[in-house]
Amino acid sequence: MAPTFFFYLFSVVLVLCAAMVVSSRNPVHSVLFLIGAFFNAAGLFLIAGAEFLAFILVIVYVGAVAVLFLFVVMMLDVDFEQLRSGLQRYLPVGIAVGVLLLAELVSVLVGWHVHPAATAVRFAPAPAGVSNTVALGELVYTKYILLFQAAGLVLLVAMIGAIVLTLRDRRSSRHQRIAVQNARVPGETVELRTMALGGGVPVADILRPRLTQPDAIDDDPLEPTHHGGHHPADAHHAPEGR
Amino acid sequence: MVGTMPVGVGHFLVVSAILLVLGVFGIFLNRKNIIIIMMSIELILLAVNLNLVAFSGALGDLTGQVMAMFVLTVAAAEAAIGLAIVVVYFRNRGSIQVEDVNLMKG
Repeated sequence: MAPTFFFYLFSVVLVLCAAMVVSSRNPVHSVLFLIGAFFNAAGLFLIAGAEFLAFILVIVYVGAVAVLFLFVVMMLDVDFEQLRSGLQRYLPVGIAVGVLLLAELVSVLVGWHVHPAATAVRFAPAPAGVSNTVALGELVYTKYILLFQAAGLVLLVAMIGAIVLTLRDRRSSRHQRIAVQNARVPGETVELRTMALGGGVPVADILRPRLTQPDAIDDDPLEPTHHGGHHPADAHHAPEGR
Repeated sequence: MVGTMPVGVGHFLVVSAILLVLGVFGIFLNRKNIIIIMMSIELILLAVNLNLVAFSGALGDLTGQVMAMFVLTVAAAEAAIGLAIVVVYFRNRGSIQVEDVNLMKG
């Protein structure tokens, strides 16, 4: 009885959340309703017996994809009200296509049945006695190993593609200049001096002014005010012009 | 039906069909907002996953869950690339209106 109750609970909330995703006025609310839809779909996955996918849905989708949507919606300074103009124009065709699609799906739903021999041709019957995650792992790492590797490749390409698309070279970014580094000669970097015997090191006379905490400043590349004193002229560092 | 699912697979199919119709409806309703369109695509893929998982549970066959996992992978990659394109496009044109995207029109 309890699974049936929870099924209807999750289903109703899922459908309501999905309706709010597509009809909400504020895109931030849309993303939040999308997160709610993912949570309820994870509940439905649990009822169907797919625990691993349910947790993947919560962790990956709510934790990564939906938050990515949230970042983009909040980052772009878009007039979303202006984007909603013309809603009345698109409403009839949307409803028409939706009703048509729903009618087709209902006509499928009322007429389908499973052939009794269908269970004999199962690819991977669920083994008894192990949890869903174990069974899925034993399947993915043996029978579907090539597909699994291909999925990893898809994710790698997507990651590199997203970085390549969004990376932009700022003028103020401090890249390593290998040519400049290789062209340095000791003559213009190190100055040899003859010190008076027993006279100590005159602080005011050395080239590089003594820093109070040299290590802490040298290791901090994000601090724009200190340049660490490694470069004599700081010539190739454009000023922070942002 | 040899699976041990407490709810019939037909119920899952109804929910999944409603979810898919809502996703398609969302694409038509928000023709101008590319971000809502991508969220609608996520809803459609979620409906597909619900179908796969429901049949997997009903038939006692784990292949459906494996396929649902791959669908999740591709959907995550699609969301990442799509949002990156949206960000780059907004940076260049200052707008994300779908109707403005006609640079590659012949």
